[in-house]
Amino acid sequence: MMLLALDIWFILEKVALIATIIGLSFFIAMYTTYAERKVAAWLQDRRGPNRAGPFGLFQPLADGGKLFFKEEIIPLTSNRFLFILGPALAMITALLTSSVIPWGASYVDGSINIPLQVADVDMGVLIVFGIVSVGVYGIMIGGWSSNNKFSLLAAIRGASQMVSYELPMGLALIAVLLMTGSLKMSVIVSHQIEHGWHILYQPLGFIIFFVCALAECNRTPFDLPEAENELNFGYHQEYSSMKLGFYLFAEYINMFISSAVMATLYFGGYDIPFVNESAWGLSPLMFSLMSFAVLMAKVLFFLFVFIWIRWTIPRFRYDQLMNLGWKKLIPLSLVNMLLTAALTLWLNK
Amino acid sequence: MNVTPYIFWFLSVLALFSALMMVTSRNPVYSVLWLIGTFFAISGHYILLNAQFLAVVNIIVYAGAIMVLFLFVIMLMNLNRETEPQKNRWLKFIGALAGGCLLLVLVAALKDAELKSQQAMVGGGSIGLIKVLGKELFTRYVVPFEISSLLFLSAMIGAAVIGKKETSQTLNS
Repeated sequence: MMLLALDIWFILEKVALIATIIGLSFFIAMYTTYAERKVAAWLQDRRGPNRAGPFGLFQPLADGGKLFFKEEIIPLTSNRFLFILGPALAMITALLTSSVIPWGASYVDGSINIPLQVADVDMGVLIVFGIVSVGVYGIMIGGWSSNNKFSLLAAIRGASQMVSYELPMGLALIAVLLMTGSLKMSVIVSHQIEHGWHILYQPLGFIIFFVCALAECNRTPFDLPEAENELNFGYHQEYSSMKLGFYLFAEYINMFISSAVMATLYFGGYDIPFVNESAWGLSPLMFSLMSFAVLMAKVLFFLFVFIWIRWTIPRFRYDQLMNLGWKKLIPLSLVNMLLTAALTLWLNK
Repeated sequence: MNVTPYIFWFLSVLALFSALMMVTSRNPVYSVLWLIGTFFAISGHYILLNAQFLAVVNIIVYAGAIMVLFLFVIMLMNLNRETEPQKNRWLKFIGALAGGCLLLVLVAALKDAELKSQQAMVGGGSIGLIKVLGKELFTRYVVPFEISSLLFLSAMIGAAVIGKKETSQTLNS
């Protein structure tokens, strides 16, 4: 059946995939808030949330319900339209990146071939980068439209931090692209399945990328936009109810997606190391589900590292943050890029 | 029935409307946001022409970097509707006249262009993909490409020099 020259089944397949990924992002983000509190409690020798349900498992639902039923306040002096646009943009940009990540091996059964990826475009990695660079607007618009000095300061801090750390992130990415020779996410994964994970060849690049991911997600030690003791509460100070919830939630979705991006770029995506799982003769459905579960395991590990770092390392000072970004990470990533380029050229000759 | 014309008209209307709103809005922050909308619509046009690289780079460079700096400056200067300078009526008249002249020149220049015989290739072609584009840039157009990169470098150094000068003066005084 064709509608406007588009295959209706193709659209249905993609819509189902998008809905699944968004639902999954929300679910994982919800339970990352729970994991954050449990891990924090564990690291600080406490019990953590344990009242709502067994082991406190319903705590995220209780938190969400609380945010929904809180009074919604829009400050009179704020810019009403932009005030609402800010958290919406933060959420949209957080969710958009998931569209180019390959979530598992394609489901191939005879003539049916369903890739577990919304869009396997030629520009995969660059699209991730583009969405990250647009992600600044949610914070900036929210902070400015609140018409509060602290919010504005926090928004400007956040924006300059994100703009600064985009550069070393991009330079670290170029080294990966030099090795694969393609920007397609699916090709990057299949290259790693054949030649070994990128973390083996790009340890420095991965460290740079990871530090930048921490900064882009506004996580400790780079959570200066919400430094409570300097800026009260940060760029979302004037927000209440679910709009505040969107900002807080977008941070966890960002963590989830950037974990998935790191697993895909450096840790082989949905590949199991040391074995050739495609020769096991699993049924196509089982094979796809297993590859998806492997990627999820890697993502959960990264999420744990994010939380672990937050409760271990104190916050940077602002000048230290800028020094680290511009004077250490950028030269390091440039050296890494040049070395990779020279080695690639030398080995391919 | 193909879906491309609908997308084309939608994107064109979006681009023109946001461009108009960018010029006419009184609040400079709104102007910047409408301009970002225009960039997204133009990127959509690039994607229709299968110029994927151009589309993404347009977003990264213009929407993601340059407009952020614009927004930065405007937010820090706290420009509002009240602080916008009221222009002289004659100035507005002369501005309209100059704009009209520019439009006339553009129409005259485009009148003889063979636009009708050159139809854009929609949704196909590989010239906009990164592999082809990179090869073209680094073989056929390598000299202009490198010269433009030198220009960017000189602009960057110039900005750094200007920035440094002012801080040393303020420190001395």
